[in-house]
Order: sequence, then structure tokens, then C-alpha cells
Amino acid sequence: MIAVELRKLVTRPRTWISIGLLVGLPVIVAVLVEATGVAPRPGEGPAFLSQVLSNGTLYAAAALAIVLPLFLPIAVLVVAGDAIAGEAQAGTLRYLLTRPVGRTRLLVAKLVTVVVFVLLAVIMVAGAGYITGALLFGTQPLPSLSGGQPLNSGQASFRIAFSMLYVGVSMLGVASFGLFLSTVTDAPLGATLGGLAVLVTSGVLDQLGAAGSIRPYLPTHYWLSFVDLFRDPILWRDVERGLALQAVYVVVLLGASWAAFVTRDVTS
Amino acid sequence: MTTNGWVPQLPSVIRTKGLTKRYGRRLVVDALDLDIVEGDRFGFLGPNGSGKSTTLRMLLGLVFPTAGSAELLGAPLPRGCKSVLPQVGSLIEGPAYYRHMSGRANLRLFDAAGPGGPRRTRRERVETALHRVRMGRVDERPVRAYSLGMKQRLGLAGALLREPRLLVLDEPTNGLDPQGVHEVRELLAELNREGTTVVLSSHLLSEVEALCSSVAIINVGRMVVSGSVDELRSQTGDVHVRTPDPDMAVRLLGEKVLRRDADQLTIASDDPAGLNASLVSAGVRVTELVAQRRSLEEVFLDLTEAGEIPL
Repeated sequence: MIAVELRKLVTRPRTWISIGLLVGLPVIVAVLVEATGVAPRPGEGPAFLSQVLSNGTLYAAAALAIVLPLFLPIAVLVVAGDAIAGEAQAGTLRYLLTRPVGRTRLLVAKLVTVVVFVLLAVIMVAGAGYITGALLFGTQPLPSLSGGQPLNSGQASFRIAFSMLYVGVSMLGVASFGLFLSTVTDAPLGATLGGLAVLVTSGVLDQLGAAGSIRPYLPTHYWLSFVDLFRDPILWRDVERGLALQAVYVVVLLGASWAAFVTRDVTS
Repeated sequence: MTTNGWVPQLPSVIRTKGLTKRYGRRLVVDALDLDIVEGDRFGFLGPNGSGKSTTLRMLLGLVFPTAGSAELLGAPLPRGCKSVLPQVGSLIEGPAYYRHMSGRANLRLFDAAGPGGPRRTRRERVETALHRVRMGRVDERPVRAYSLGMKQRLGLAGALLREPRLLVLDEPTNGLDPQGVHEVRELLAELNREGTTVVLSSHLLSEVEALCSSVAIINVGRMVVSGSVDELRSQTGDVHVRTPDPDMAVRLLGEKVLRRDADQLTIASDDPAGLNASLVSAGVRVTELVAQRRSLEEVFLDLTEAGEIPL
């Protein structure tokens, strides 16, 4: 079943279009920055962008930071929101379940598909970012954001790989929202927009001083903490909290998805 | 309850007892008792919204009953679904596909999704199923570009993939032209002769009449009547007679003639053979003599008229 779902994912034009768009945005940004030489001042604009003019190696991380706030979560939510609700809307859910494919089995297969999409998207964005950065800005040893000694290449690769993993885990949290909503509605668009509403709410509250006490529990709060991975020494505190928070969201929401799906009347 | 009551040794493929489904306060299926035996051609009739689809969905494990019990091929539902569903082919509320793929690709994917059937023989299974619905030479267009009739045939092919023991079909001839309707009917009859039990839900009475040996009529979730099609279409007590000597016949039969239309008479008689004998022995030539039966449509309308149809 997992193989079947993966085949559906890769044969679907939408998958590749959304990844193409995801990859395209950082490339456009890189080309503009390179052509004009106008990088945002440090502390402004997407993370890392201020440094990339002098060092292209960092552009892999910068590319992730560019798509992270909006583009990447939307793409992930489209795929996750479509997981069950999309089959319901197309009417194929009833044929899959009477094939029969067990409900738990189907949900696991969908989850694996979503995880694969998240990894694929993150790897493609970071990979394209690295190549673009290297071609346009050249490569040098990675400087640490805290100043001091440049990182050697082993350290740099580790940090970039870990930040990809971190972004991936954050996106899994997003995907869990999408997957859960996908099991309770027959409208994939509803599930996607519902997930987006959660993220927008979280983003707004995260800016709000009055919401201070709940801010550490908002799903988007630690998203950009992967920047800390490029400090020397690595500032683990927020990264660890971010991973733990996403893990809680993923476990709770997947549990809820399972409970909702196996007890649901399929009337689509 | 079943029609083939005279062969009681046949096992039931579907048996329900007090099967009930409620959505909130709305009662959709109300204490339904069904017994469909192996080898039957069973028609499930009812107006729109009468609970046919919900019943079929419960029988396939898609919807969970609120009360009552159901058995499918001997396994209790919904728990036993997994073990028996591989032997069931279904088409529920129209076919459904991944629209950007070809029919073949859809069937291969569908075949790969469930248990049973080795990968080696997948291509062969798909081709056999396509062939059975006369789509053996279909090209690689995406399903999006198919006509309604082709989509319907592809749906049937999907239901036939595993050579099922039981076929559960909802409006299988929907969208087909008369030629297609005829082909599907022939196909179902052929499958039934080979031993497949066919359960067909429809609001098209002619469909059920043409194919099914037994029928259950439900309305507002309740069983109105069930039995063999022949039983239901009982004689009305009217006999149609065509004769070149209508005047003589009217004189002979008097008040028994209910209607006269040129050489055609409608005569009240419970004994068509006796009527024929008395006409002929009186010298009335008879061109045609038919005991009138109620059509299933009349039975259906009679029985469902009284019940309100939920909106």
C-alpha cells in the first residue's frame, strides 16, 4: 500500500509543480541579489541573506529560511490536506476501503507519503539553494554567525544537514494538522485552509506581547530556531524545545487522526 | 423472506437482522432484515433517499450500523470485513478514479492496493477485466477524457478484477446507451450463470425486472416487500383479448367486459384458459389472449406511494 501511495505521489503532476515553485523562489531571490548586489542589511529580511553575497555556501540555509514562513507550509498542507479528504472527494476512498485496504494501513501509507514529500521538498530546496549559492556567490568556509573561527567543512555539512532535518520536523508538525483535518472533512481544500488558519493564528499570536504565556507552545514559535545551529557553539536550547514541541503536536494529532478515521462513516 | 425459498440448502451471502442506521436523530435504515442466497440475482429497489445506499455501505463496512447485525459471506460485520471483502466486487454511487491517469493505470493501481493477486499476473488480470467489459482495446487517454459510459464500464471492470463471488452494484447501467445497457445486462447474467451472486440496487424498475430473480423494495429505510419478481408481479385478474369478432364476444361475456377498444377487449377473469375455451367453443375467433400482470413499476408505485419520501 505504501508503494501504491508513493506511486500516486510521484505520478501526480502537482507534486512536481509545487516542488518546482518551492525551488524557484530561492533561485529568483539569489539571481536578484546577485544581479543588484543589494543584500538585506544584517538583521533584516530572511535569515542568512545578508551574508550570502560574501559566501554562497550559506545559501542552502538561506533558501530554507526563504520558503519556511509561507511557501513550504502551504505546499505541505496541500499534500497533507489532500491525503484522506482528496480520496473522499474523488470517491476513490470507498473503493480503496472495500478493496479492502485497512483504515489504519491506509492512514500509515498516507503519512509515509507526506513524510516523503516533506523530505523531498526540503532536500530539493536546500540542494538547489546550495548549487545556486555556489554558482552565483562562490564558496568559502562557513563563518559562524557569532563571529570567531570559520567552520570547517565537516561542521558546516553537519549543521546544514541538521537544519534540513529541523525544518523537516517543523513541517511534519504542519503536516499533522493537515492530516488530522483531512480525516474529518471530505473537502481537501477545507483541510488545507484549516491548517493554514492554524499557522496564521499561531503566527499572529507569536507577535503579540499579550500572548506571552502561550507563545512557547505555538506551533510556529521555534520554526526559525535552526538559525541557532550556525552559532558557535551551537545554541541548542531553542532547537531542542522546537523538536520536543513538534513531537508532541505530531503524536497528539496523529493519534486524533487515527481515532477519527477508524470510527468514521464513509459516506463520500 | 427469500425468493429461492424452495432451495433452502443454498448458503446466505448476505444476511441482516434488525440492521439500523441513524445519523443524529434521522433514521436512515430502520430494522432491515435481508437474506440473499448464493447464486441469486437480487434487486434492491427504492426511491431516492430510501436508504439503499446506506444499507449497501453498511454491508461493505464503510458505514457502521447503529444497531442490528449483518453477515457478509458468513463473516460478521464490520469486524469480519477484511477476510471476506476480497471476494466482493462493488460499484457504489458511481465509479471513481484518479482522473489524470489512464483507465489501465487506474485498474493497476487499484489492483495493487488490496490483498490477493500476485504482481506477476496483474497485467493479465487487468486485461481480462477490461476485456469482459469490452474495453480490451482502450487507449492510454486519461480517464478525464472518457465518456460517461466508458467510466461506468471501467468501474465494472474494477469490480470484476478479483473474479468476485459476490457483486454489489449500485446503478450499474447509469450513463450507458441502450446498446451498453444490453451488454452490461448480458454480462451480469453470464457472470451469474458462472456462479456469481449479483446484488443490484436501482431505481430503474425495468433494469431490475429484466435482470433480477428476486427483489426487495424499501422505502424510508423500511422493508416494504420482498420476494421473487414473479410473485410480486401477480396477475391482476384482467385478461386482454384480441378478436376479429368483438361484438360476439361482448354479447357472450356481458358485464365481464371491462373495456372495449375496436378489436381489443379487457375482460375480468381469474381463469384465462377457461375464458379461452368458452370463447372458442362459442365460435369467437381469438387472435391474442394475454393474462395481464402488474409491472414491477406498478407494484413499486403502489407500495411506495403511501410512505412519505424524505427530503
